[in-house]
Amino acid sequence: MEATTYNYKVVRQFAIMTVVWGIVGMLVGVILAAQLIWPDLTFGIEWLSYGRLRPLHTNAVIFAFGGSGLFAVSYYIVQRTCQVRLWAEGLAAFTFWGWMAVIVLAAITLPMGYTSTKEYAELEWPIDILIALVWVAYALVFFGTIAKRKTKHIYVSNWFFGAYILTIAILHIVNSMELPVTLTKSYSAYAGVQDAMVQWWYGHNAVGFFLTTAFLGMMYYFIPKQAGRPIYSYRLSVVHFWSLNFIYMWAGPHHLQYTALPDWAQSLGMVFSLMLLAPSWGGMMNGIMTLSGAWHKLRTDPILKFMVTALSFYGMSTFEGPMMSIKTVNALSHYTEWTIGHVHSGALGWVAMITIGSMYYLIPRLFGRESMYSTQLIEWHFWWSTIGVVLYIASMWIAGVAQGLMWRAANADGTLTYSFAQVLNTMYPFYGIRLLGGALFFSGMLLMAWNVWKTVRMGRVVNDAPIPQAVHA
Amino acid sequence: MSDFTHGFWPIYISVITLVSIIGTWVFLKTQTTRKLAPGEKAELMEHTWDEDLQDLNNPLPRWWLGLFYATLIFSLAYLALWPGLGNFAGLLGWTSLQEYQQEVKTAEARFQPVYAGFMKQDIATVAANPEAHAIGRNLYLTYCSQCHGSDATGARGFPNLTDHDWLYGGDPDTLKATITDGRSGMMPALGEALGPQGTKEVANYVLSLSGRKHDARLASAGRQKFAENCAACHMPDGSGMAAMGAPNLTDKVWLYGGSEASIIESIAKGRNGVMPGAAQTLGTTSNRDAKLHLLAAYIYGLSQQK
Repeated sequence: MEATTYNYKVVRQFAIMTVVWGIVGMLVGVILAAQLIWPDLTFGIEWLSYGRLRPLHTNAVIFAFGGSGLFAVSYYIVQRTCQVRLWAEGLAAFTFWGWMAVIVLAAITLPMGYTSTKEYAELEWPIDILIALVWVAYALVFFGTIAKRKTKHIYVSNWFFGAYILTIAILHIVNSMELPVTLTKSYSAYAGVQDAMVQWWYGHNAVGFFLTTAFLGMMYYFIPKQAGRPIYSYRLSVVHFWSLNFIYMWAGPHHLQYTALPDWAQSLGMVFSLMLLAPSWGGMMNGIMTLSGAWHKLRTDPILKFMVTALSFYGMSTFEGPMMSIKTVNALSHYTEWTIGHVHSGALGWVAMITIGSMYYLIPRLFGRESMYSTQLIEWHFWWSTIGVVLYIASMWIAGVAQGLMWRAANADGTLTYSFAQVLNTMYPFYGIRLLGGALFFSGMLLMAWNVWKTVRMGRVVNDAPIPQAVHA
Repeated sequence: MSDFTHGFWPIYISVITLVSIIGTWVFLKTQTTRKLAPGEKAELMEHTWDEDLQDLNNPLPRWWLGLFYATLIFSLAYLALWPGLGNFAGLLGWTSLQEYQQEVKTAEARFQPVYAGFMKQDIATVAANPEAHAIGRNLYLTYCSQCHGSDATGARGFPNLTDHDWLYGGDPDTLKATITDGRSGMMPALGEALGPQGTKEVANYVLSLSGRKHDARLASAGRQKFAENCAACHMPDGSGMAAMGAPNLTDKVWLYGGSEASIIESIAKGRNGVMPGAAQTLGTTSNRDAKLHLLAAYIYGLSQQK
């Protein structure tokens, strides 16, 4: 018998875990920010040392928080826009438990010091294999659902999810090619500069496809829904979808400017990063212009505020990224706090804020309520987050530029003007502001947790939503 | 993995890059539709999803297209002037290696006058010069302070440079050799050969050498074992050997700690002290020899202070 309801169970599981992992990942971030001011904060306990917590923070925020959010919304959106229940629900359940197992294993092995040393791909080979299995299952569920859709056309969000699922599979498998030595240690299959190039082809496209393409898919559903307006331009969505995905693939070498990478590859990394500016902004334009005729809602609707602010940070960081790939700018910005500011304007400003906005839309619907328990708390959360991000990135910009300039300052005799320790000393006030910004953003997540808890507790016993019988054109 | 040295690859890179940029241009051209007339509403696409999701079909914003084309033109121009298309060096003939070498040469010439005078003087003379001291201090803070500390008093495992005690000798030439080529101080682990009891005995004998608190019975049991296992480097009287960098055990300076536990650890597990040579860390920077000279003078100067 054909299913008459959507599968909301797996969506609910992932949605709740999005909030949980968001809190965990950001808490670790706050601890790291504090460690940079007070290095002995964790009493010299090796499991809590900066070097081990740092990959835990990045993995938790990107893959646990961001990843759970993407699983939740992609499963929700693909069902509702295809008007069918998920295909292969057993596999969908496996993706939830498998992904949670990956996260828990990461939370155990990274503090113990097991690492492949590749940024954003630190997990050792047995976990890599589990990730690959979960991801293939994800692809089967997603594309299987698309294949049995009742609607004629495929909704724009699903293009973006499709691109992200396919590409992450390729990136993860190619970059994680490694030779196991023991159960907990492996060595990369690539060597030297080729290893570096493969790593940053992966690393940059993890940013590109995980944190950009996929979250644009999220944006393309929740902004028109929340604004109650049609998307601004179908044509723009087509053009920026293809150009974004095509050009992103080339930009990785900009992480290796002024290294042993051949000059020609550095140049290509730079020019393709610059060509990425317009395709990136296409998504921002389409999202913001969708609000035409609904601007007044921005005054009263904090969920929409989250989404539009997210798009603004998205536009800002996708402008900043191409600029930082220019060799002469990179010579100043690389290895400084500026980079940290840049990634957080993307990670907090764009990824976290669009996810938070989407969760405030999604969670009441998953738990049989009209809206969240408290709109006032969402409003507070919005302001705490926004002020937090601004403090964070402004302090890191100033610190980064100061750091870059101090590193290169030279005396009349050719020696460096500032020693490492002097530069570090200059960073302290900015580290303090950053900690404040991060703590504010983290506190906002606690407000969210409370609001979600009350919403879930007050929700009705939930039935999965019925699938409408009439099929749209 | 292959190094992709075959002549096919540069062509492959050039073709695929140019086709990509030009292809993007053509794609944009084909997707450009006429601007909406004033007051004209954009077409609403026919399809609807999930009850109310629809899209308008506004033409691509003109400023956005302009931005896109501008980046494409910039990229083509950049690739004509600088390396990028496989083997093609670019019309400017620029390479990062050349640029670096040029910068070093310029710095060499620019700073040569500052250093030339010092190079003619011996280290003791340079050490007394305040200008040289200032330069040496900057070099020290850049290259040495990470291990030896900003005030050069060292840390556990990293020698104090101000205490007049030297592992390899504190005369100008030895200091310069140490700084230039680095040092590698290796003490073998003796824990297995001596056993726990033997290690404890030798440790107490070592404590007795500098008159530290020790167990006399254990120390006397350790005397013979010290002679057999340690005296070859530390000398029979424990006064050390500069040629090996073997520390003097009769003084109050302890690189890895002078407690019984620390000494037992040193004996049982051995020690590997490595100092990288500044010739290496300075790399190909300008006026390298002069910088080594000034660094040696600075360190020598530290040891001359009271």
